[in-house]
Amino acid sequence: MNSAVKTSKTYWYLQGARVLFTLPSLFLASAILGFAGLAVEVGIPMLEVAFMNAAIWALPSKLILISSIVSGTSLLATSIAVALASVRFVLMVASLFPEIRQKSTPTWQLLLLSHFVAITAWVYSFEKIKDIPREMRVVFFAGAGSSLVTFNTLMILATYRIIETFPPEVLGALFFLTPIYFLYSLWRNARDYSVYIAMVLGLVLSPVATILFPQVDILVAGIIGGSLATGIYVLSERRKHAQ
Amino acid sequence: MTYYMLDNWWWPYIFILVAGWLATDIWRWLGVLVGNRLEEGSLGLLWVRAIATSIIAAIIAKLIIYPTGSLLDFDIVVRIGAVIIGFIVFIYAKKRIIAGVVTSLACLFIGNWWLV
Repeated sequence: MNSAVKTSKTYWYLQGARVLFTLPSLFLASAILGFAGLAVEVGIPMLEVAFMNAAIWALPSKLILISSIVSGTSLLATSIAVALASVRFVLMVASLFPEIRQKSTPTWQLLLLSHFVAITAWVYSFEKIKDIPREMRVVFFAGAGSSLVTFNTLMILATYRIIETFPPEVLGALFFLTPIYFLYSLWRNARDYSVYIAMVLGLVLSPVATILFPQVDILVAGIIGGSLATGIYVLSERRKHAQ
Repeated sequence: MTYYMLDNWWWPYIFILVAGWLATDIWRWLGVLVGNRLEEGSLGLLWVRAIATSIIAAIIAKLIIYPTGSLLDFDIVVRIGAVIIGFIVFIYAKKRIIAGVVTSLACLFIGNWWLV
């Protein structure tokens, strides 16, 4: 590969789009098939399912929207439920984008790109981004994010009519792949042990928070777990340096 | 104002845009603005990243313990057991993701077959 090619934006956009041929993308597609299967089961038309997928691009939000539709919840109550479950995006975008942007990157570009942030893209970007030249990271992320949204939306259109024929065990297993992949990938790509502490606390606090604060469980578990992890990490690092 | 309230073809799309897209993306935009103020290597960024990590871990646990749809057909003991055994294999296999995933899936089906 000559250096002229490696400095072109098209090259790095396509490098980003190669995410489609990776294991995480396969798991994401499986989870989205699981979501589409649920949508078919409750009778939401094909174009609306595809539109939901592209417009929201966050699996938990889509699942909440579907259960609100089924139970006949009002627009306002549904918006509040989805918004409460999506506060995490502030933290996900705010932690990822300082590694992607340059000082010169215009904010409007980042606002557009932020739509592509979801767990798969977040985990994948943290894995890859350190090997991408700084000035090409925005293009790389755009390639990865836009290709995932496009591919999975087309996949829903292509499989909508056959998804009902999938055996329930297969749909169940598809739903199982996503969380276990996130678990292994996050653990593997941890840069320091603060990540391990944050993960263990999040896993353990989650079911407790679901019982105590069912509406905002994820947020409560995350804020307590993440803050404790930061405290423990900072204190033990200080102690290490003091010795 | 529910999803099926109006007969117009466009109403479901408005519903999805307001309750889905806007309710989600508003936080992504706020994340951009917050992220613009965080320096790489700062304590603030470390904290934000730890919370984001904990949140995702909490979602992982919720998807396994309180799943939606067909995953409920598998018993909770089987689901949690499959994750724990898969994780142990993943650690012993030098953190190879595929080793953990294959083990977890195998345990899920074997455990389910055992119980039924």
